[in-house]
Amino acid sequence: MPIECKDVSFTYAPATAYEIHALKNINLRIEDHEFIGIIGHTGSGKSTLIQHFNALIQPTSGTILYNGEDIWGQNYNRRTLRSEVGLAFQYPEHQLFENDVLSDVCFGPMNQGLTREEAEPEARKALLQVGFKEKNFLKSPFELSGGQKKRAAIAGVLAMNPKILILDEPTAGLDPRGRDNILDQIAELQSVRGITIILVSHSMEDIAKYTRRLIVMNQGEVVYDDAPHEVFSHYEELEKMGLAAPQVTYLMNGLKKRGLPVDLKADTVAEASKSILKALREVDSPLLKEGGSHV
Amino acid sequence: MFKDITLGQYYPGDSVLHRLDPRTKLIGTLAFIISVFIFHTFPGYAVATVFLAAVIWLSRIPPRLIFKGLKAIMLLLIITVMFNIFLTPGEIVWSWRFLKVSREGLSLSGRMAIRLTYLVTGSSIMTLTTTPNQLTNAMESLLRPLNRINVPVHEIAMMMSIALRFIPILMEETDKIMKAQTARGADFESGGIIKKVRNMIPLLVPLFISAFRRANDLAMAMEARCYHGGGGRTQMKPLRYAMIDYAAFVILTVYLAIGAVFRIVGI
Ligand SMILES: Nc1ncnc2c1ncn2[C@@H]1O[C@H](COP(=O)(O)OP(=O)(O)O)[C@@H](O)[C@H]1O
Ligand SMILES: [Mg+2]
Repeated sequence: MPIECKDVSFTYAPATAYEIHALKNINLRIEDHEFIGIIGHTGSGKSTLIQHFNALIQPTSGTILYNGEDIWGQNYNRRTLRSEVGLAFQYPEHQLFENDVLSDVCFGPMNQGLTREEAEPEARKALLQVGFKEKNFLKSPFELSGGQKKRAAIAGVLAMNPKILILDEPTAGLDPRGRDNILDQIAELQSVRGITIILVSHSMEDIAKYTRRLIVMNQGEVVYDDAPHEVFSHYEELEKMGLAAPQVTYLMNGLKKRGLPVDLKADTVAEASKSILKALREVDSPLLKEGGSHV
Repeated sequence: MFKDITLGQYYPGDSVLHRLDPRTKLIGTLAFIISVFIFHTFPGYAVATVFLAAVIWLSRIPPRLIFKGLKAIMLLLIITVMFNIFLTPGEIVWSWRFLKVSREGLSLSGRMAIRLTYLVTGSSIMTLTTTPNQLTNAMESLLRPLNRINVPVHEIAMMMSIALRFIPILMEETDKIMKAQTARGADFESGGIIKKVRNMIPLLVPLFISAFRRANDLAMAMEARCYHGGGGRTQMKPLRYAMIDYAAFVILTVYLAIGAVFRIVGI
């Protein structure tokens, strides 16, 4: 079920002193089974954009189509839309409210009309899929650590079996290990459940590792919408927007400038090391002859 | 959903009115409110109108914003006017079945409408040109004499400014929580009263928890900076009357004097 944005603009507090044009003329098409990254400086409009995808915000102008239908049309059922397009917000504190984690995750499925008995298996499945430990199922959501809260919140949306899962900065404020962990589980989810994932992030490394399409936002506009390595080749422009390409991109560009024929498309550490070795072999580098075996 | 609350919404600017000492504005607003109750004749209201128009012009605030506050009291205004028109006894000028309109009723309701409108407009201008913090500062400073009879003026002012500071934060938070729960299929609109109250739980629990957490953090931060109430406390930007304040007081006095003269002479 593709999502399409046509000339979408959005203004907060229109016609007041605090008017903010958060989105300007956005045109996008999101296909099924994509894993998309959205990146941008704080305040560039990422959160505003994704809230349009499940009709939490009505665009000031322009239309949004889900499966070809205008989601702000007269008789469109937006509640159904929201159970197909799941959105997990940045702050789990904004949604956890039940006495125990399991009941909290059941909230979504029960709003879809399931009974508690039917909802519980869905909730358990979702919690396990985001790596939430079974021994914590009956704990109060308020005594969890930051990472666990985040998992519980994501599970709360996942339990509704959405076809498209949108995650707003799921890794903000987590330690590196928890971060990789959550993202690995999400990537696995995408292949197991076959759903579309839209990942809002500010880490170029995460985006490079997991996504195949990257949308860069700046001041309410989409500036790039391309494969990550293509976007990263504009690293000088990215820097002007207060962003940066992954460290690896800088390394590869530096090597290329110094005459090593490396592949600039490599944007993760694994790809880069392969490409560098290959290039070294091509130029018949002395580095390989001396101690090459342990490179 | 929280768009139409003008009262207490500061409009940033650098007009003469913005630069006045908040105490001057507070006293001025009070004086203006008193004046619309002193005036009771057409020439009197004309003077008040000129004064109000001049103040609006000086504030450089789009009039649209100033009158937005009136929308909120429209219903109250209409009810007041209706009651006064139909229920004031006197010389009947029009009647239909049980409805009777008297000359006295017409003039009284006209006066009530003008008074209410001017009162709200006047206070809107004050809140639009003064930040809530300046206002509480002004109140603290004007009420300081009450300290002598053991009223904890500083503490009350501090509580007020914290409450004012928290209102927009909590409104924003409410909006975010509602969105997060709506995304999970929550419904805050349909259903009967009992269902509606039950549906509020997923909104209220996170909101209260967040409010308590914020309050706790703030208390800790104040404690860490050795806050200990009003005794011996000085201010970073103490309020000081400047030239424009004295000018404002002269204008106010003249304005009130006109009001008094009109009242005494009876025009
Ligand atoms: N509820 C709101 N009311 C008013 N302005 C908002 C609101 N939410 C976001 N904004 C403003 O809209 C702009 C885009 O914000 P947002 O979409 O949250 O950006 P991002 O998620 O990329 O940090 C920012 O300038 C922000 O201050
Ligand atoms: Mg955001």
